[in-house]
Formats: sequence, C-alpha cells, structure tokens
Amino acid sequence: MIDFHIDARSGIAPYLQIVGQVRQALLLGLLTEGDKLPTVKEVVAKVAINPNTVSKAYRELEHQGLAAGKPGVGTFITRSLGQASLAEHGPLQQELRAWMDKARAAGLTEPGIEAMCQKTLRESAEEER
Amino acid sequence: MSAILQAHELGKRYRQRQALTDCTLEIPPGHVVGLVGPNGAGKTTLLKIACGMLAPTTGRIEVLGGQPNGGTAQLARVGYVAQDTPTYASLSVADHLKLGAKMNPAWDAKLAQDRIEQLDLNPRQKAGKLSGGQRAQLALTVAVAKRPELLILDEPVASLDPLARRGFLRHLMESVAEHDTSVILSSHLISDLERVCDYLVVLVSSRVRLAGETDDLLARHHRIVCSRRQGSDLPAGLEVISAEHTERQSRFVVRSEGELPAGDWSAEHLELEDLVLTYMEPPVDRGGDTAMQPTGEAR
Repeated sequence: MIDFHIDARSGIAPYLQIVGQVRQALLLGLLTEGDKLPTVKEVVAKVAINPNTVSKAYRELEHQGLAAGKPGVGTFITRSLGQASLAEHGPLQQELRAWMDKARAAGLTEPGIEAMCQKTLRESAEEER
Repeated sequence: MSAILQAHELGKRYRQRQALTDCTLEIPPGHVVGLVGPNGAGKTTLLKIACGMLAPTTGRIEVLGGQPNGGTAQLARVGYVAQDTPTYASLSVADHLKLGAKMNPAWDAKLAQDRIEQLDLNPRQKAGKLSGGQRAQLALTVAVAKRPELLILDEPVASLDPLARRGFLRHLMESVAEHDTSVILSSHLISDLERVCDYLVVLVSSRVRLAGETDDLLARHHRIVCSRRQGSDLPAGLEVISAEHTERQSRFVVRSEGELPAGDWSAEHLELEDLVLTYMEPPVDRGGDTAMQPTGEAR
C-alpha cells in the first residue's frame, strides 16, 4: 500500500498529483500489477482532501489503463509500467548522480540543473521521433 | 436528490443593518461547499438561516428540499456546528454523547464511541478541560453521529493550530467519504478550502459575488498581461473581473465561458486564493469600462 501527499503550492491539480504519484510508484516498482490502492476513505482520512478528488484520480488511472475498480472491493493496479523498474537501473542512476555532482561543481544551481535536464530530455525525445 | 441549498432573492435585515441581500443560489447535492468572504459579509447569517435558527426577512430558501425551520424531521437532517465549535464546559465527553443520543432519533452510538476512542479522548474528561482541537473534534463527533445529510460548519477551524486543523479536516473528510454527507463550511483559510471543497461561494457586503464548482471556476478565469489597453478593447465574450494599469501595461483578470481566445498577451490560470481575493476586493477602476459589473454565476 502506498501513501499520497498533496503539495498545495505546486500549481498542479490535486487529482493529477495523485495520478503522478501512482505512476511514479509504478516506475519505482513500489506498485505492481494486482496491488490494491488505498480506498477513498483511507486516503481522505490521511491527507484531508475532498473524496471526489481521489475518485477523480482513480477514474483517470482507469482511463489510462493503469488501474481498474472492482465494485465493493477497491481499485487495483492492472499493469506494471512497460519498462523495467528504476531500481534495476542502479548504474544509470549512479552515472546521473556523478553528472549532477559535476554540474554543481561547475556552479550550476538546482533550478539550472533541473532546467538542463528537462531541456535535454525534451530534445532527446524529439530526436527519437 | 434535491439541491443542498436553494435560495431565491433571500434577504435578512437586522434593525439597522442589511446582513444579506438578494441571495440567489442553487448548490447541487453531493458537494463540500466552501463559503468565504470578509468579516461581516453575511456568512454566519446565511448559515443560521440555512439551519433554521434565523428567519429570513425576504425571499425563499430550501435546504435539502425542505424548509429550514420545518420541524424536527428537517432538523434531524442537518447538523450544525456554530462558530468556535461550542461544547458544554462542565459536561464530560461521555455526557455530550448521552445528550446527543437523547436529542437525536437517528443517533449512531457506535460511530460516536469509535470516534472518541480513535481521538483518544477520555470519556470522563470535562469538555472545559479539553484542548481547542479536542473540543472541536468533540463538537464534530456529536454533529456527525447525528448522521445528518448535510453538515453546516461556521468557521470550525479558525481558532485551531495547524496540526489540530488538519486533524479536524481529516475527520470531516472521512465522514463525507463514509456517509456521503454534504457539507457547507465557512472559513478564511483558503488553503484549507482548496483541499476539501469542490464548490465555492464568495459572499461580499451581504451579496453573493461568485458561486460554482471550484474546478470549473478555476478553468474559466485567467490572468492576462498585455500592452496597455482598456478592458473594452478585449475580445467579446471576456468578462473583466479586475483591471490594473501602469503606463505601459495592463493586467486583467477575466472570466471566459469557453476557451480563452488567443491574443497578443500572456495568459495564465489563477490560484484559488487569487481568484477569491479578486472577487473580494471592491470593484476597481476598469480603465474606462462601462457597465462591466463584476458578477459571478449568481447575480
């Protein structure tokens, strides 16, 4: 079972934050096919948000084909995210870590590093296409 | 299911003061409604009318399809927690539950008991000796155990510290999820309302300025920054809610029913807090606009 959190200052709609946290948990291998998501009541009793927000997030996950609701039982993860989980890519993460240390040493601050990562990711995605 | 609250040109006048004016609202069922507005805007008056404690001077109101002062059956359907979550200081926690059981036909004794245990309240403790957060939780427990269809809460968390506030809202949302209870909640804390409410009513100077589903309101409002111009120079279909000008630049908050048309401006969505504050501020100089009254869905 995983926990959710809501960042009020992120500017991202709360239901999308929940969707994102489920996707991330799938990528990290914290959730796999067959796992049960916490019930709406369990989530709201923990993070104090509107129950409709959680229902909306779960509907979106169903829409994306990542989860399915079983009436009266709960919502279950229906598939793992295609690629091998991040945990299995330890060496890659170490390389990234080493790169970040270099970036810091070169005087880049966090926003700069983030911007560079996003820019590079976007460019490589475009070239893939 | 009938509307949570349906008001038509509702008004309330105290001897010297008009507390509520032309209040027309229709709040669909199944919502957690946030009621915001400056002090003295009429929030408490509206809430007291809705639960039958005050009679309106003019207009009509129905709550859950019934008259708010329509006798014991109606009173059982609506739970009310007054400002500062009052409890009886000299009565114990257990006494509060006994009193609740005696006064409410549909009293859910197990729910009340479970909740008190979950909150770790000592049943023999006098309410006067509880902390502010515990008192608020006790008042909420009594209101919820009555198993109402609608809970009306007047600034329940105003005097609580952040931790107690979060605890209170968790308890409240759990009840909403478990029993499908509708809620009307007044508060100044917009960050709290943003978490828990999916419907918003903004009351200013005794009038409803804005009402609607939160997501919908956020989607319809935009902040536009552009070269200096008058609001009337913006495309038709954009309702100017506020306007600010410097020598070179104009900033508008606009409401658009459909997609925002493209234009020579930068546009962004507003945060809920900014949206509410825009409607709470008195109408500003609109740069020469005429007949551009700020109005919400309820006029």
